[in-house]
Amino acid sequence: MTPLYAATPSGLLLVLAVMLPASAVLAMLVLGPRHTRRIALITMALGLGVALATGIELVRSGAALTYIVGNWQPPLGIALRADGLSVMMLAVTAAVIAATGIFARDLFSLDQASCDGRLATSFWMLLMGLWSGLNLVFLSQDLFNLYVALELLTFAAVPLVCLDGRGETVAAALRYLMFALLGSMLYLLGAGLLYGAYGTLDIRLIAGASQHGAAIHIALALMIPGLIAKAALFPLHLWLPPAHAGAPAAASAVLSALVIKAPVVLILRLVVEIAPPEAAAIAGQVLAVMGAASILFCSVMALRQERLKLMIAYSTVAQIGYLFIVFPLAGIGDGSAPWGTIAWTGGALQLTSHALAKAAMFMAAGIVAEAVGHDRIRDLGGFGRVLPLSAATFGLAGLSLMGIPPSGGFIAKCLLLTAAAVGGQLWLALTILAGGLLAGGYVFRVVDRALATPAEPLVLRRPIPLRLEIVPLILAVLAVALGFLPLEPFGLLQIGRPDIAGAP
Amino acid sequence: MSAIALTSASLFGLCGSALVGIGLFCVIAHPELLRRLVGFNILGAGIFLVFGAVSRRGAAMGLGGDPVPQAMVITGVVVAFAATALAIALLRRLASLTGTATLDPTSPEPSETAARSEA
Repeated sequence: MTPLYAATPSGLLLVLAVMLPASAVLAMLVLGPRHTRRIALITMALGLGVALATGIELVRSGAALTYIVGNWQPPLGIALRADGLSVMMLAVTAAVIAATGIFARDLFSLDQASCDGRLATSFWMLLMGLWSGLNLVFLSQDLFNLYVALELLTFAAVPLVCLDGRGETVAAALRYLMFALLGSMLYLLGAGLLYGAYGTLDIRLIAGASQHGAAIHIALALMIPGLIAKAALFPLHLWLPPAHAGAPAAASAVLSALVIKAPVVLILRLVVEIAPPEAAAIAGQVLAVMGAASILFCSVMALRQERLKLMIAYSTVAQIGYLFIVFPLAGIGDGSAPWGTIAWTGGALQLTSHALAKAAMFMAAGIVAEAVGHDRIRDLGGFGRVLPLSAATFGLAGLSLMGIPPSGGFIAKCLLLTAAAVGGQLWLALTILAGGLLAGGYVFRVVDRALATPAEPLVLRRPIPLRLEIVPLILAVLAVALGFLPLEPFGLLQIGRPDIAGAP
Repeated sequence: MSAIALTSASLFGLCGSALVGIGLFCVIAHPELLRRLVGFNILGAGIFLVFGAVSRRGAAMGLGGDPVPQAMVITGVVVAFAATALAIALLRRLASLTGTATLDPTSPEPSETAARSEA
């Protein structure tokens, strides 16, 4: 019998993707605070290169990249594996982290005292830890290894929330930690039950098992809600708005754009790869109902917010909902391969375009808050006149969130809508349309204030250098430019996928 | 027969699930963060006991137990310790900044647990 995993020659790239940021954290500890920024920026350049090389290698070989840690074959060892979806996530992560890094460097250097101070030093270390955890979640094939990766992610994300050390952000961080810990405990229990039933923790070995007992149903019923608490889907979203709104702008950008996507990708893997078809169909329906509730409820909440950053945070929960309505639309559980459907492509595009747009939006809001001194939407009248680039960034990112052509968000929502119409899922089609209208409502509320002519012009607390405004603008333009991409690159998503269907 | 199935492994498994239940109740029902944290630790202990039962049941080749779940328990203990330490640090910070140790906005006055975690 041939082993399920065969290490590919370029598999070492996957190790680099995980270990580069981790070694950067170690180097920062050793070399001290004066060098953290330089180390972080160098690591970002290298990490971008690794992500790019992984993508090129994947497209060139047309097969998934694999690395077997220590050459111990699963079921005992741990395999790292990059298929199309993982590589897409690696690339988006590298791009957003690099953009955040450049943005944060300029943001922290606004204030010479905090430039290399405690706040900046902690930020760089946590950012690198976060990156390592994210890459591991996207690459690992071992359920316990994934648990460690999720915890690494939590331990890096929670302190990022309360970097400024105010009482309310510490409370938000603690609430986040409580939800995240409960989520990981449930996940760990599920992983233990799966090990008890199958004698392995490898996702693909469990997926290939010939028969499933009751254990897998109980395990998935524990693991998926646990991950939902980390992903902040509707009834379990309570921690997200205060946490993401209270964090410094650069931190909220990565938290909102990337960190909550990691559990979403893991849920996708569990439902699509491990769950038996009939259970996957039921799980897909339940997740879609929660996703739809998330879209509607949190869009309305976003409309009602007084503060800009809270509004953007609620919009994140709403946009995450779209990723969960993919499950029934992609026909998961009816025996066909979901990764060939338009809904799957739409979901992947939504993942990418939301990451770029939301990072841009949080950075723009951060610039506005930094320049004006507050982020009360009502008192922001005319900020488009003093900060035209940030207002443009907000508008462009908003295009993608609303799903107005030509933007990445439009293509994503259009594909999902088409899939819903073709599949006869009328309630999902209506939800997508209503979500778009509500998003239009909250984006226009801010754009209206940006273009308003106030009685007395807005006074900037401090001048904002052009460099600072350019980075979010580039991200927003990229989010819109995704709409011009021919959909062919998303054939990338199918690489490394079909062989699971054929696995014994 | 249920009586025959009550080996030491299933006894440990049942104890583990009872601890998971108690921990979960503690986490969900108590507003005080310190109690919740203790709840998390009880929950974690229950999960590790379930792992132990899994390890015992998977024993083969003359070994007393399957070593893989034991390795996972060791890693899990380290992670749980780190999580508790992080939460306690944040909690102390919260208590010194606001004088409360709950996340419940309706009870702003310092509670007994806040005073204790400060000490």
